[in-house]
Amino acid sequence: MSVIAVRNLHKSYGKTPVLRGVDLAVAKGETVCVIGPSGSGKSTLLQCLNGLEPFESGEVIVAGQHIGWGRGGARIPEREMTFARRRIGIVFQQFNLFPHMSALANVMEAPVQVLKRPRAVVEAEARALLARVGLAHKADAYPADLSGGQQQRVAIARALAMQPEVMLFDEVTSALDPELVGEVLAVMRGLAKDGMTMLVVTHEMGFAREAADRVIFMDGGLVVEQGPPAEVLGRPREARTREFLGRVLRPESIEA
Amino acid sequence: MDFEWTLFVESLPALARGAATTAELAFVSICGGLVLGLMGGLARVSGIAALNAFALFCVTLLRGVPLLVTMLFFYYGLPSLGLLLEAKTVAILALSLTNGAYVTEIVRAGIQSIDRGQMRAARSLGMGWALAMRRIVLPQALRRVLPPIGNEAITLLKNTALVSVIAIPDLLRAGTDIMTWQANTFSPFAGVALMYLMMTLPLVWLVARLESRWRVA
Ligand SMILES: Nc1ncnc2c1ncn2[C@@H]1O[C@H](COP(=O)(O)OP(=O)(O)OP(=O)(O)O)[C@@H](O)[C@H]1O
Ligand SMILES: [Mg+2]
Repeated sequence: MSVIAVRNLHKSYGKTPVLRGVDLAVAKGETVCVIGPSGSGKSTLLQCLNGLEPFESGEVIVAGQHIGWGRGGARIPEREMTFARRRIGIVFQQFNLFPHMSALANVMEAPVQVLKRPRAVVEAEARALLARVGLAHKADAYPADLSGGQQQRVAIARALAMQPEVMLFDEVTSALDPELVGEVLAVMRGLAKDGMTMLVVTHEMGFAREAADRVIFMDGGLVVEQGPPAEVLGRPREARTREFLGRVLRPESIEA
Repeated sequence: MDFEWTLFVESLPALARGAATTAELAFVSICGGLVLGLMGGLARVSGIAALNAFALFCVTLLRGVPLLVTMLFFYYGLPSLGLLLEAKTVAILALSLTNGAYVTEIVRAGIQSIDRGQMRAARSLGMGWALAMRRIVLPQALRRVLPPIGNEAITLLKNTALVSVIAIPDLLRAGTDIMTWQANTFSPFAGVALMYLMMTLPLVWLVARLESRWRVA
């Protein structure tokens, strides 16, 4: 049973095609890393998966819900996709924490306002989630007073608070100072180990190598190659993959 | 023309009655303008083309026509369309609508100044547009535009002086009345100016207080 199933997804911005027939499946409990050059459509793909970006054609099913287009090509109403997003967690490169709320309030916001669950129960869960990302002591801090790495961990806790079936990550460490990357990746490794289904767009080849069950290489709006990390990263079949890896893998990270 | 202390003091009770009318008009119209401006601003960013166009049309009209003309039009023009309104109603209508037009554009600009990532993050947590707007975007936007909205409120308070042309006994009118039968301009008008100034102070204080209270984040 796939938690994410994408068939022949096409999307363009104006006249510029960005996704040109993407096929993709992620099984329950699987961690899949997506790599590829800048502009290859990775972020766009994630935004299509949770229905934040409309797309021209293709079948997208996430957490059991058709996104964008239903069977027979009927447009899925916004209302249904809003409902589906409860089950699809996403974390962005730019954190996007709500700056007018404390870390705890950020995590509690959606369960209380969207799911209408009782505050007391939600607060207990939110505190547990903050503890899970190592920030129990920062519950009352506002985003402006947190480091980038801490903000990103709150953002992960906030997404987890909706108890999603799948988590999407869009280059969540790219905006971080190098010394803060590790703490965020550690949280994600923990999630992967606990069996969360994850689709992770990343430039962290080390993370892809050790945490991914599968690596997907995207270029020019297409999935060019996919397979176990050892194969895609170690013995890529496609010339374009080899060229990309040659550019991004600095000598030290090849050994890692 | 010289300042007469006794005349100044004697005119105060009459001026105070006028000031009460001015304060009432200003208060009701500021509230009306805020409600209209909030609705207008939301209409402008709603993404519903017809709503946006309607709001923009109203804003353009109300900002393009002098408030005095709007007020006189409602007062003298509407009766000929069979709509007879009390002077006070006309004043409140004209003041609220004009203020609402300015607040509309302030609110729109405030909402658009909030990073799009905020709306995206809220929507991706399963919030609908309205909930995301109410809980996430608006609180940040309103905090940001509080000072210009405060300015508009003060402008409105002072613009209430125009209502004396449609025979409402406001603060300015009370001053001109005293001037007429006392034949002394300076003393009553010193009182008039002082009372307008004193009425803006609570507004200034309120805005400053809200600003500091909201500066948590
Ligand atoms: N809102 C938009 N309007 C127009 N074009 C866009 C928009 N967003 C993205 N694009 C274009 O679509 C293409 C794919 O962008 P996308 O952000 O999906 O790439 P990416 O693989 O995530 O790149 P990066 O690694 O730099 O994040 C790029 O050429 C980009 O310029
Ligand atoms: Mg991207």
